[in-house]
Amino acid sequence: MSLRTPADRYRMIRLIRGFEELALELVASGDIVGGTHPYIGQEAVAVGVCSALRPEDRLTSTHRGHGHVLAKGADPARLLAELTGREGGLNRGRGGSMHAADLSLGILGANGIVGAGAPIAVGAAWAAQLAGEPRVVVSFFGDGALNQGVLLESFNLAAMWQVPVVFVCENNGYATTLPAAVAVAGSALGRAEAFGIPAVAVDGMDTEAVREAALAAVDRARSGGGPEFLECSTYRFEGHHTMERRIKLDYRPAEEIASWRERDPLARAAALVGDTTAIDAEVAEQLYQAREFALASPAPDPAGACDHLYASGLRPRAGAVA
Amino acid sequence: MSWLSYTKALNRALADALAEDPSVCLFGEDIGAGLAGPTLGLQKRFGTSRVVDTPLSEQGFTGVAVGAALAGLRPVIEFQIPALLFLVFEQLVNQAHKFSLMTGGQASVPLTCLVPGSGSRDGWAGQHSDHPYGLFAHMGVKTVVPATPTDAYGLLRSAIADPDPVVVFAPAAALGVREDVTGPLPAIPLGQARIHRPGTDVTVVAVGHLVHEALAVARELTEQGISVEVLDPRTLYPFDWDSLGASLEKTGRLVVIDDSNRSCGIGAEILATAAEQYRLTAPPRRITRPDGAVLPFARELDRALQPSGDQLRHAVHAVLKH
Ligand SMILES: Cc1ncc(C[n+]2csc(CCOP(=O)(O)OP(=O)(O)O)c2C)c(N)n1
Ligand SMILES: [Mg+2]
Repeated sequence: MSLRTPADRYRMIRLIRGFEELALELVASGDIVGGTHPYIGQEAVAVGVCSALRPEDRLTSTHRGHGHVLAKGADPARLLAELTGREGGLNRGRGGSMHAADLSLGILGANGIVGAGAPIAVGAAWAAQLAGEPRVVVSFFGDGALNQGVLLESFNLAAMWQVPVVFVCENNGYATTLPAAVAVAGSALGRAEAFGIPAVAVDGMDTEAVREAALAAVDRARSGGGPEFLECSTYRFEGHHTMERRIKLDYRPAEEIASWRERDPLARAAALVGDTTAIDAEVAEQLYQAREFALASPAPDPAGACDHLYASGLRPRAGAVA
Repeated sequence: MSWLSYTKALNRALADALAEDPSVCLFGEDIGAGLAGPTLGLQKRFGTSRVVDTPLSEQGFTGVAVGAALAGLRPVIEFQIPALLFLVFEQLVNQAHKFSLMTGGQASVPLTCLVPGSGSRDGWAGQHSDHPYGLFAHMGVKTVVPATPTDAYGLLRSAIADPDPVVVFAPAAALGVREDVTGPLPAIPLGQARIHRPGTDVTVVAVGHLVHEALAVARELTEQGISVEVLDPRTLYPFDWDSLGASLEKTGRLVVIDDSNRSCGIGAEILATAAEQYRLTAPPRRITRPDGAVLPFARELDRALQPSGDQLRHAVHAVLKH
């Protein structure tokens, strides 16, 4: 799906929002086992950044990855089937929410380990550069990842080797319950700058602002200018994980949540479009179809539980002698 | 009398240790909020300098805990997910564990690592479902896997009091276990197995939550006239070989049920030692996850790779054929 026009971008934000709301429903009904990390509120970042990418570009994502995966073009029906653990899922039901990937679209995967995607992005970008391919790799991560040693190591390698990678920090103010304000010494921008990586602060609730910054960074990286860092300030409207719908934690003041909700990226993107009725109806239909597909897709056969464990086809010994 | 849950038992052990010994302190992510359960209410009671919320810098804060231990404290680290142990393997195995030998006995590192939720949890998929106790036992780090609330309490107290590093794995599947208890709970020495149920025909060694599965199977087999002894090692390293030996003297038959990977797992060690040192009347059996298992997301697939009561029943019948 192209993200070239403001209407395209509104449509994608609407799709991600609707997808995430549908996922909440399916978590509540038990069709999605284990829950999800909702992306609601942060859609402008995924959509703004991915609108600056070409199909051949790649990305690494996080535990909160549905938005990135959809904005890079994954089929919502197959993503939903992945979340419901079905054979028709992007990963044949093997990965689930935290590992959703579509390599054919350059999506190297959501990731269950905070910060783990950054060096992978650097490596993919390094390989593209070596091959002389004009591909850029985007690495999405949260404010929590800023404190992983591997992230800073990745900054250094990317800068030393001038690889075409764009680091996108989605600073939503919290790593689970821990406020970034008491976790990150100095500043996010300062950390990138210390490695000589140009760093830009962006309003992460504004799709168009994110897009502008991403276009500049991606173009520069593609033309050999090396890595760049974007810090997108944003907010998650839901809890860290759907678990928080059951256990109430009070680490965020109600007024804070309310004030960020007033800056909803969905409303902001809609304002650039005018009448959204037709798009809304199309997205609703698309999500209806996605749900039908996901729930009709067959559950995987337990006999295939070790399929794909090795790319070579190696079959491990079973856990019990027959 | 009170109805004690496993998580509450861990909570009580931490609280009692903090109350009795001013050198005990806790590190971990979201422990102020008590997100995982065992630290609930502790920051409020003992303050932020003894119950320390850390940024997402596992390698950093684990190394910090090692340093604090060398300086005379008794730090306890709570890890939200078992995979974090992979990140800090260096700090635990190559630093904490080796200090005593490498300093010629000058230094000790009384550090405890607690993983409340090891093993599979529905829907948490590949990167969050390992049960990596065997790795630590292999490297010689003291390794504990309590199966019941009173064992969880008593073993965690002993782990904290121990002069060496200890890793305590609380299996996710055991966190719901409850037990009637009266009065203060005793510490339980490391390295002592527990016979949960005496028997004369077969020794079943069960690790962690699988003790409960083994007990259910043992009860059921009684009706068929089969007498199963259920032995819970509780501490995997150092292992209580004497108790195993005493049990095998009676039964001469051995089945191990262990929810971790087969090759080089603790089950392999138990079978090897039994074969080497005791007179077995039948080839021993083990029930494990497959070799090198990665748990897939879909519930059917996840379950297919974990040891089951059916497999245990089958193995008991198999060793009785000899
Ligand atoms: C290395 C690592 N540490 C801890 C966790 C557990 N965990 C999962 S998400 C999360 C918070 C991440 O915060 P942030 O990076 O800001 O992303 P956000 O959840 O805000 O999108 C934590 C602590 C993990 N998965 N990996
Ligand atoms: Mg965050």
